[in-house]
Amino acid sequence: MTPYLEITDLQVEFPTQDGTVRAVQGLSYALPLGRTLAIVGESGSGKSVSSMAVMGLHDPRSTRITGSIKVGGKEIVGMSERNLMAFRGADASMIFQDPQSSLHPYFTIGDQIMESYRAHHRVSRKTAKARAIEMLDRVGIPNPGRRVDQYPHEFSGGMRQRAMIAMALVNDPKLLIADEPTTALDVTVQAQILDLIADLQRDFGSAVVFITHDLGVVAEIADDVLVMYAGNAVEHGPVKQILGTPLHPYTWGLLESIPAVSGTPGPLHPIPGSPPSLLAVPNGCAFHPRCEFRDRVADGLCGEKLPDLVARTADPDRLSRCHLTGPDRIFETDILPRLP
Amino acid sequence: MLLYILRRLASAISVVIVTLVASFALFFLAPTDPAGVICGNRCTAERLEAINESLDLDQPALTQIGLYMKGIVVGRDYVTAGGVVTECSAPCLGYSYTLGQPVTKMLAQALPVTMSIVFGGAIVYFFVGVITGTLAAKHRGSPLDKITVGGSLLINSVPYFVVALLVALYATVLPTSAYHPFLDNPVLWASGLLAAWLTLGLTNAASYTRYSRASMIETLGQDYIRTARSKGISERRIVYRHGVRAALTPVITILGLDIAFQLTNALFTESIFGLPGIGLLTLRAFAQYDLPVLMGGVLLGSVVLVLMNLVVDVVYTFLDPRVRLG
Repeated sequence: MTPYLEITDLQVEFPTQDGTVRAVQGLSYALPLGRTLAIVGESGSGKSVSSMAVMGLHDPRSTRITGSIKVGGKEIVGMSERNLMAFRGADASMIFQDPQSSLHPYFTIGDQIMESYRAHHRVSRKTAKARAIEMLDRVGIPNPGRRVDQYPHEFSGGMRQRAMIAMALVNDPKLLIADEPTTALDVTVQAQILDLIADLQRDFGSAVVFITHDLGVVAEIADDVLVMYAGNAVEHGPVKQILGTPLHPYTWGLLESIPAVSGTPGPLHPIPGSPPSLLAVPNGCAFHPRCEFRDRVADGLCGEKLPDLVARTADPDRLSRCHLTGPDRIFETDILPRLP
Repeated sequence: MLLYILRRLASAISVVIVTLVASFALFFLAPTDPAGVICGNRCTAERLEAINESLDLDQPALTQIGLYMKGIVVGRDYVTAGGVVTECSAPCLGYSYTLGQPVTKMLAQALPVTMSIVFGGAIVYFFVGVITGTLAAKHRGSPLDKITVGGSLLINSVPYFVVALLVALYATVLPTSAYHPFLDNPVLWASGLLAAWLTLGLTNAASYTRYSRASMIETLGQDYIRTARSKGISERRIVYRHGVRAALTPVITILGLDIAFQLTNALFTESIFGLPGIGLLTLRAFAQYDLPVLMGGVLLGSVVLVLMNLVVDVVYTFLDPRVRLG
């Protein structure tokens, strides 16, 4: 299957007075229609920055972007502002973390959805409003005919996020980027929103990039997982395998730092240290200063050479960026007994 | 909403009454001699007493306040020594000691002048300020932005009356300043006020440029602007529809209060351009110990301030749908 979204060797850098912030360094991945990719990582791992680059949302005056981002065959890197305008919202759209601050407080929900629709369709206000009501109904907002004329502050948090989703999908985009869409919501509402996104994806057959740091959400929604660290992908593969037998020590660390609900309560195993500054990313593997397995790689290779993101087991769909040999065995013997 | 406005009006009236009593106390209990001023240099004791009596200045202070307030609400009669009754209908603010005219009439003549100057100037500085401020914010960091910010700081650091004097003295291409009532001849009205409008407008535009620029920069950094961008609408629409709408709200609040302040403080503009407004009227009254005129001016000022505050609050509900009064 040809991928709808294809990113090749993407670099996103922000020149600042203190030096260059290397937010994304050599990221590559591909996503076909009808699949959901979860991008996982800590703050500053580059997951949001790379997704903003897919939408062409970085200010070209303060950002340096190289590499290639192809969406439906169109190259986004270096695209003119005029073409970007036609692309955004129509071919790809985005839902953001906090629906409270992401909706304009001074315009009605209907106005904002209609604006999105009319930006890409030459239709009357009346037609656009009917479309807005239809979309609100589709995302499960009761009484949409009345709700369409209300302001965001008259909506609850979950309803606001539903309205955001309605706005994002009003033009039937083939690519939907959801940047932590459930982080600001109550747990019960989170599940509803996840169901809704999964549901809509089935109906629209679109490709979904789901950014999150919540591995529970990943298990729920993703087909594939991309784990990012310090601006780079460290592991990529199908969700079952990544959450079941991860290959990269960073992914092990993420899994181990989740408190267990069942089983005997024991101490958590947080990853020691904190993510590196993007102004000075460590040489070699960016994770090596925090990695408790670096001594198992000979000659201090971890501190010198950045490993490639390649298949390291018999499974060709599973990619990992780590010098360790036989990581699946290490996971089974050393990590699994520690996991609850 | 209506209930809120009524409640606010009630509290506004109490504020005005407090101002009235306080200024009454200051002016009438101060060691001045109104009757002496009216009577002149060669004044007999009998005549002085007659004047005091006819103006009720011989009454206790409390009674005087009561009479003054009664005059505002229902009007009052002045009886001179000869038994001649002068009726002063409500709202009666007394008679000018020096000109003998009813204060209400004098204020009613001066108020349109001041309002013309202030509102005309406000239109100039609001639009100029918002447009330049928005442009500067949109092109933040560009030479245009730096020139705008630098220029506005420069203008702001020159005292207002200096600018006004320079305009009055050297900007001779502008039509001569004079006040003609709008209803008589709108063209003459506008040309006579042009110099005052430009002076008031351009000096204040500097502040409004900076307010709008700061407010716009803050707004353009909001999440909802990023959302708007992700929808694929034009940058112009993002800045002028989504940005300006939100950025203007705090600026309009300042505008309301500035207008209220200028209505009561248009002194420099009026005296330099020779426009007979409230400021000039009270300034003259002050120089001549014309207490009723001064009192009237102070009272009008407090009413204007309180009303403008109310107007700002009500306008806010139209600007920001989240604000509900009640």
